[in-house]
Amino acid sequence: MDTLVSRYSRPAFVDREYTAEDQEDAYQATPSLSLQFALPPVSQASSWLRAMTDDHSNPSCPIKIAHGTTTLAFRFQGGIIVATDSRATAGNWIASQTVKKVIEINSCLLGTMAGGAADCQYWLAYLGMQCRLHELRHKRRITVAAASKILANLVYAYKGMGLSMGTMCAGVTPQEGPALYYIDSDGTRLSGNLFCVGSGQTFAYGVLDAEYRYDLTEQEALELGSRSILAATHRDAFSGGFINLYHVKEDGWVKHGFNDTNPIFWKTKLEKGEFSNVTAELD
Amino acid sequence: MEVLLGITGKDFTIMASSKAAMRGATILKATDDKTRELNKQTLMAFSGEAGDTVQFAEYIQANIQLYSMRNDTHLGPPAVASFVRGELARSLRSRRPYTVNLLLGGFDSITEKPSLYWIDYLASCVPLPYAAHGYAQYYCLSILDKHHHPDIDLETGMKILRMCTDELRRRLPVDFKGIAVKIITRDGIREEEYTDDHVVRSA
Repeated sequence: MDTLVSRYSRPAFVDREYTAEDQEDAYQATPSLSLQFALPPVSQASSWLRAMTDDHSNPSCPIKIAHGTTTLAFRFQGGIIVATDSRATAGNWIASQTVKKVIEINSCLLGTMAGGAADCQYWLAYLGMQCRLHELRHKRRITVAAASKILANLVYAYKGMGLSMGTMCAGVTPQEGPALYYIDSDGTRLSGNLFCVGSGQTFAYGVLDAEYRYDLTEQEALELGSRSILAATHRDAFSGGFINLYHVKEDGWVKHGFNDTNPIFWKTKLEKGEFSNVTAELD
Repeated sequence: MEVLLGITGKDFTIMASSKAAMRGATILKATDDKTRELNKQTLMAFSGEAGDTVQFAEYIQANIQLYSMRNDTHLGPPAVASFVRGELARSLRSRRPYTVNLLLGGFDSITEKPSLYWIDYLASCVPLPYAAHGYAQYYCLSILDKHHHPDIDLETGMKILRMCTDELRRRLPVDFKGIAVKIITRDGIREEEYTDDHVVRSA
């Protein structure tokens, strides 16, 4: 059919420098998504996975997935703030208090991790690899839009098979300026100024939305990001540990520490009089 | 609770879609655009399963453009609608169908008539003078049944749209963050300013 059509139609544009061979090469160079995974020999992989992992209905389920998080990122006048907690839970068990939920994709791009820890770690590492390959092929760094779309298309290809991730990609590129994208395992991909993801997202949104302005100073923005995570770690049982804080600027990201929440909480309470529902006296 | 509305008139089609992108109990974005331009005179509005929606819309958008390039031809609204319906019907019989509901608004430059197609995820396709998807159907279709005529002008069309959105704001339990309005005429697609900040009194 295509050959018939091509004989009777004139091309919409003249073929310039790309020969059929070039195009074939370009096509071959793009790796397919078919990294081969062994799937369980059942008809519905996702429902089987749910049965094996559902801690709620079956506390003795054989696989416990690390879940529960608070992550946030927002754009402001001076760049992008990215902040996360550091707790990983598997069911009611705190599996770790020192997880790095900000993944450094390259010197100008950050990814955050919420949902299944393994899914996020694996696929963000994979994204990092794809971004590096893009850089080598095209001799310039990948845009945040393109990087986030690689991830979105990837998770969409696995839709319904039980992936669980909610991530944000933040970065600054010459083409876009500061850019922030939200991607989740449903295949949703949104650009925006402000996102919070994870079981503690509502608590973080509460603090962040109330005081967020685009023209925040760098100091205010860092303070607000870390205070929002603190709020979430205080109220959400599945968030806690350390506050991981990053600032993405034009010339790359800067890390602003990995700080224990406990002293920060008491400092905030005692110096600013916040968290007044918590009593400090022991009587 | 996504809102999609379409109204045709004498020489235009109005397409309206809610601006909230929701997930669970959270509004992730309040300026979402749930439409894609398929060609100069056809606009597709979509709602449904997260991920599927944009993925399907951009697939259709690319293939409509590809077809026009390959065959050096313009596709009118009926042709586009048939293609979209066909793709949905094919997907419906696959292992993992797209769960997407659509409104396809356009202006047919051959017949010089506006057109609107209501398409759902089961690949039903109906040409209609006015249409809605989701809960908006329950509130708006009765208003449209009463107030719509085939030869209304744009001003009347916008007035009816205002009646619809006011009713939605009054009765829908969630805030859908207002609507984005796009208008298709023989000159193409344009975005229409639509302020939604006045007080809507309930009974």
